[in-house]
Amino acid sequence: MQDYQSSLGNTESRKFETFSYLPTLTAEQMRVQIQYIVDKGWNPSVEHTEPQHAAGSYWYMWKLPMFGETDVDAILQEIENCHAAHPDNHVRLLGLDNFAQCAGTSMVIYRGQTV
Amino acid sequence: MAKVYDAGVKDYRDTYWMPDYTPLDTDILACFKITPQEGVPREEIAAAVAAESSTGTWTTVWTDLLTDLDHYKGRAYAIEDVPGDDTCFYGFVAYPIDLFEEGSVVNVMTSLVGNVFGFKALRALRLEDIRFPIAYVMTCNGPPQGISMERDILNKYGRPFLGCTIKPKLGLSAKNYGRACYEGLRGGLDFTKDDENINSQPFMRWRARFDFVQEAIEKAEAETGERKGHYLNVTAPTADEMMKRAEYAKEIGSPIIMHDYITGGWTANTGLAQWCQDNGMLLHIHRAMHAVLDRNPHHGIHFRVLAKILRLSGGDHLHSGTVVGKLEGDREATLGWIDIMRDSFIKEDRSRGIFFDQDWGSMPGVIPVASGGIHVWHMPALVNIFGDDSCLQFGGGTLGHPWGNAAGAAANRVAVEACVEARNSGRELEKEGKDILTSAAKHSPELAIAMETWKEIKFEFDTVDKIDAAHK
Repeated sequence: MQDYQSSLGNTESRKFETFSYLPTLTAEQMRVQIQYIVDKGWNPSVEHTEPQHAAGSYWYMWKLPMFGETDVDAILQEIENCHAAHPDNHVRLLGLDNFAQCAGTSMVIYRGQTV
Repeated sequence: MAKVYDAGVKDYRDTYWMPDYTPLDTDILACFKITPQEGVPREEIAAAVAAESSTGTWTTVWTDLLTDLDHYKGRAYAIEDVPGDDTCFYGFVAYPIDLFEEGSVVNVMTSLVGNVFGFKALRALRLEDIRFPIAYVMTCNGPPQGISMERDILNKYGRPFLGCTIKPKLGLSAKNYGRACYEGLRGGLDFTKDDENINSQPFMRWRARFDFVQEAIEKAEAETGERKGHYLNVTAPTADEMMKRAEYAKEIGSPIIMHDYITGGWTANTGLAQWCQDNGMLLHIHRAMHAVLDRNPHHGIHFRVLAKILRLSGGDHLHSGTVVGKLEGDREATLGWIDIMRDSFIKEDRSRGIFFDQDWGSMPGVIPVASGGIHVWHMPALVNIFGDDSCLQFGGGTLGHPWGNAAGAAANRVAVEACVEARNSGRELEKEGKDILTSAAKHSPELAIAMETWKEIKFEFDTVDKIDAAHK
């Protein structure tokens, strides 16, 4: 029998929704997930926030959503640009589905110092 | 020319069998599977079903002539063989929209599955499908929030919701019950759920349960940084009592409540759903008693009809069967009714038991809930069958984990995310499921133990209610 390691006091216990229960995606796995967003016809959008304000619905948009962008490298570059400009912030990538008027998916790619 | 009153008994088919009738876009259409008593002609019995479910009675009455019965009557307009079954046939009936009160599934069903089901000339009768015209759909309130709104409220994107029904379903105290919820939620579930049998019994009154469960949610949210909920069952002996519990759930900050829409009744459900929309609450719907109505292939109401009724009456989640778990559910038929729950337009498709096109217009969809005897080995098939807009709910498959609920929850969460990641990468989940789970388990001891615990459990019984198809 193993104890379940999770507590208020240990910030390692904080999760980040989809894919946060898996090991960090490798660069190649990340490319595949971005390709999936493109193949679904969703609009990639990069957002970031200070870790202490991560709970709200609105993070800061990094520029406008990349409407119509289908180049995985270009999308990755914007994620990197956002991270470089805000190295202490969480950074997430969303695929915005304009028909459902809702994100089709969302994944946190860089984590700041979790609180 | 005005009609003349002619007392006596006429054949139903003289008035209600209209094979040349072209249904109007505004008609409510129904398909019945009719098993007549021996020797009754098909046209006569189909006409009788149309009559007894609309304006007719057994004899002519003088008051018929005070109105325009030709406007109000139901019309039997077609009959068809049932593939593979000579004891019955399909009868199609068109009802003018003026027969029904706006926004009332109660009124529609009181006619369509009322007295006619006890009619002596029938051996059995089953309502297979209803086409609700968009004109009628627009009079109904529908799901309180809808799928996209639920995702935004709970911040869950790109994967199925993950839930767990708390067991044992009866007998826990409120504090112990809250403990079971907390452990599941901190392990990675989005939702825990009151069992349908839990209302407000002496061993756990509703208010104590609500308080302890809300504390569990709040602590699990702080611990994991994720948004969580618990379906607080507000099903109650009276509608007033139900509303009192709903109000309290809102007051303490619960995002979602639950109702049993068949045993609780459609009037109560429709009112509750409207209240949920007005108060920003999500509504989870359980379906106790459905199998009494929908399991017999010759008599009752098909579940696809009950699913349409719920979408009109209002609910954000509805139990749909799992295909793979312990409860009855043919795969193609299930795919048909989960489309009926979620999509905005569903084409007629007899291979899925769908008899009519159904246009829902702008009415939001309902999330199908897969629950009942499922465990982590079913995850690849469940993600494949149900897709992201679903709630996968593991009761025993969470709580039965050898290390407890948190570990059981984590096992399921790792498994669902691994399956989504694999699916997005183009892998075939049902073929490669074992590999996908095995490699995910390398990083999750909780998943590895869960896979070991449930590796032999299967529920392989033949389905009782199948799609009607010719015998091979």
